[in-house]
Amino acid sequence: MEISGWGNFPKIEAEMVSDAYFSNIQEIVSKSSQIIPNGLLRSYGDSALGKFCFSSAKLNRFLLFDKESGLLTVESGVSLLEINKIFIPQGWFLPVTPGTQFVTIGGAIASDVHGKNHHKVGTFGNFVKSIKLLLPNSQIVDCNTNEDSEIFKATIGGIGLTGIILQAQIMLIPITSPLIEQTTLKSENLDELFENFSKYNNTTYSVAWIDTFSNNSQLGKGLLFLGEHFNAKDKENKSIEIKKTSKITIPFNFPSKTLNPFFLRIFNYLYYSKEFKKEKKSLVYFDKFFYPLDAINHWNRIYGKNGFAQYQFVVPIDNSKKAIVKIYQIMRDFGQGSFLTVLKQFGDENGFYLSFPNNGFTLAMDFAINRKTLEMFDAFDKIILEYGGRLYLTKDSRMSNKFFHKTYEDKIDKFKEIKSKVDSNNKFNSLQSKRLAL
Amino acid sequence: MKDKKLANKRSCLILGGTSEIGLAIANKFAENGFDLILAARNYDEVQKNANNINLRFNVKTDALKMDILDVTSQNKLIDELQFLPDIVVFSIGLLDKGKTAEENFEIAKEIIDVNFTYSLNILNKFAALFEARKFGAIIGIGSVAGDRGRKSNYIYGSAKAAFATYLSGLRNRLFQSNVRVITVKPGFVQTKMVAHLDLPKIITASPEKIAKDVYKAFVHKKDIVYSLKFYKLLMLIVYHIPEILFKRINL
Ligand SMILES: Cc1cc2nc3c(=O)[nH]c(=O)nc-3n(C[C@H](O)[C@H](O)[C@H](O)COP(=O)(O)OP(=O)(O)OC[C@H]3O[C@@H](n4cnc5c(N)ncnc54)[C@H](O)[C@@H]3O)c2cc1C
Ligand SMILES: NC(=O)c1ccc[n+]([C@@H]2O[C@H](COP(=O)([O-])OP(=O)(O)OC[C@H]3O[C@@H](n4cnc5c(N)ncnc54)[C@H](OP(=O)(O)O)[C@@H]3O)[C@@H](O)[C@H]2O)c1
Repeated sequence: MEISGWGNFPKIEAEMVSDAYFSNIQEIVSKSSQIIPNGLLRSYGDSALGKFCFSSAKLNRFLLFDKESGLLTVESGVSLLEINKIFIPQGWFLPVTPGTQFVTIGGAIASDVHGKNHHKVGTFGNFVKSIKLLLPNSQIVDCNTNEDSEIFKATIGGIGLTGIILQAQIMLIPITSPLIEQTTLKSENLDELFENFSKYNNTTYSVAWIDTFSNNSQLGKGLLFLGEHFNAKDKENKSIEIKKTSKITIPFNFPSKTLNPFFLRIFNYLYYSKEFKKEKKSLVYFDKFFYPLDAINHWNRIYGKNGFAQYQFVVPIDNSKKAIVKIYQIMRDFGQGSFLTVLKQFGDENGFYLSFPNNGFTLAMDFAINRKTLEMFDAFDKIILEYGGRLYLTKDSRMSNKFFHKTYEDKIDKFKEIKSKVDSNNKFNSLQSKRLAL
Repeated sequence: MKDKKLANKRSCLILGGTSEIGLAIANKFAENGFDLILAARNYDEVQKNANNINLRFNVKTDALKMDILDVTSQNKLIDELQFLPDIVVFSIGLLDKGKTAEENFEIAKEIIDVNFTYSLNILNKFAALFEARKFGAIIGIGSVAGDRGRKSNYIYGSAKAAFATYLSGLRNRLFQSNVRVITVKPGFVQTKMVAHLDLPKIITASPEKIAKDVYKAFVHKKDIVYSLKFYKLLMLIVYHIPEILFKRINL
């Protein structure tokens, strides 16, 4: 069958197997010459792609939940959606969640995903108490910060290259309501947006959507979304309107043409003009706050069958603004715009060897794939290199081996050391790991 | 068993608690508020399946070990039950790969034993307990393969035919005691049992579809259900093809 990541680029003809019995999975791994695990294929590029894939689809059981501490043990194919469905009604929530619920636990760990609260609590990996991992030699180990801690640190963010995550223990956090108190702040330029970020640095959740089509003076025109869990215990605020989300479906593969700059500009304008006030407060359901894009099924198809890529970088805090301005200039020079541009401030880096977040700002932009955008990405890379930034592996489908090694310089050796220890034949490999010589 | 009467809550025992069809049926009953007991020979797996149902559906679950080919183990299962469930679902089965059963009597015997001989023994025990209680339901997963012998799987098919005849007699016997017997006859179902076969998509059902049909049959007090429904017509036709023609067909 033909598979691809969320960006529909690249595509690969692959054989996909799945099983729930450890002994069968051990046999699958020991008989294969190369293999890569995958989950819901929500990574954008080629992190999860290979000719022979082990899908975690059948590893979808909930195993244990400690109602006192919130410690949840699940198999790696369980999705964040399923966890939310079962545990939000019981007053528990994911400690960290990416912008979509259609992600598996295995995928969340292997990409060491971040959410809107990274500046406060760090990545998903910080809440993983232990991992049951099937190593490339088919041996099964339980690893955590004490036992096999180096394997643990290589596996979180390890992009599927250290073995198959079978199970994990995740610490959930208690909540008293499924609602989020949301504050939306409008900014007219980058300075104002950055000021708002630092002013509200203590708010639990924060993320900004910015207009990518405004001219130079208005760079950074956008909306900063702030959120706190609504505390149902000490407030009774029924006057605030609660909105329901509705699902619309985008019809199958839009022709590539529809996504011209004009269309994008209109979309951005419409979205932006809805938020006319400088500051707006509302009470919204968790799904509207955390997963606004999940309301549109298959929105990735809007980019047409050639697919798209997300360019997500992080640049250290002191260079963030400069780098963003330069990236914008390049984007304008190329006459390109991004359908969605998301800006977020990260907190400190963690000790997981290939983890992406680093103290600074991260910007994510989506572009349809074509020769021009690929050239533009190369131009972006120069800026990222110059300002000491790096790209997020789970979004990548095109960076060069050389660029990758320069930007992950300080982390890559430790990862490779562990990788060669547990997988000396490089059995676990993806299109991406081959491209990046990982 | 501590209590042979009805439990406070409706409950269902799945024999074959690692069978994909059995688990889909378990989910369906759990979704409808039944407590679940799962039994299988692989205790680690059946335990995980029971925990999963407990956490997903917020019903009570229990996992027990039972090897169908061991009468002592069957007796032990009945001893270990905390109470007598309302329903017993039998979803254990063995299908050989290729022609092994034809050439090897040990394999043929194992197929007959798993699908029929030992099944009969455990179901007889529940039949007697339900009969005495004057309440209960036995749901047996047979197969369309039992409706007519075909060269591709007639040893498995003859065990399933015997199983269907057994269930039919059991239904007749238990009717007066308010105990119902449902025979389920699936066609192709996408499970690990047939993972090695290349099945035609349109006539292959998901385990969830079988479970839906089984639950419907339970609610509507049906005796025999084909799932997919299409197989009822197909098997009617297949059944009526004269042997003189049938023997020439490549099936
Ligand atoms: C709309 C959208 C919004 C997103 N928002 C965010 C965000 O806010 N923050 C963020 O950090 N990410 C975000 N992502 C990215 C997404 O969270 C990651 O790509 C995630 O890893 C996808 O999980 P998956 O289950 O789809 O895994 P896949 O895409 O199938 O695999 C991803 C990687 O995990 C590995 N993997 C998967 N399962 C296993 C396993 N069982 N054992 C070992 N390795 C495994 C694969 O080999 C691969 O390297 C977003 C993606 C989308 C589509
Ligand atoms: N799949 C189909 O196309 C199909 C069609 C018609 C009828 N059926 C019937 O449906 C029922 C369920 O099958 P399934 O499709 O769900 O397949 P499955 O997932 O392979 O389940 C088979 C079950 O039987 C158990 N089993 C097999 N041999 C055993 C033995 N010697 N001792 C104890 N347990 C044994 C298995 O236990 P382990 O997990 O430990 O192996 C498993 O629980 C069977 O009766 C089958 O004949 C299936």
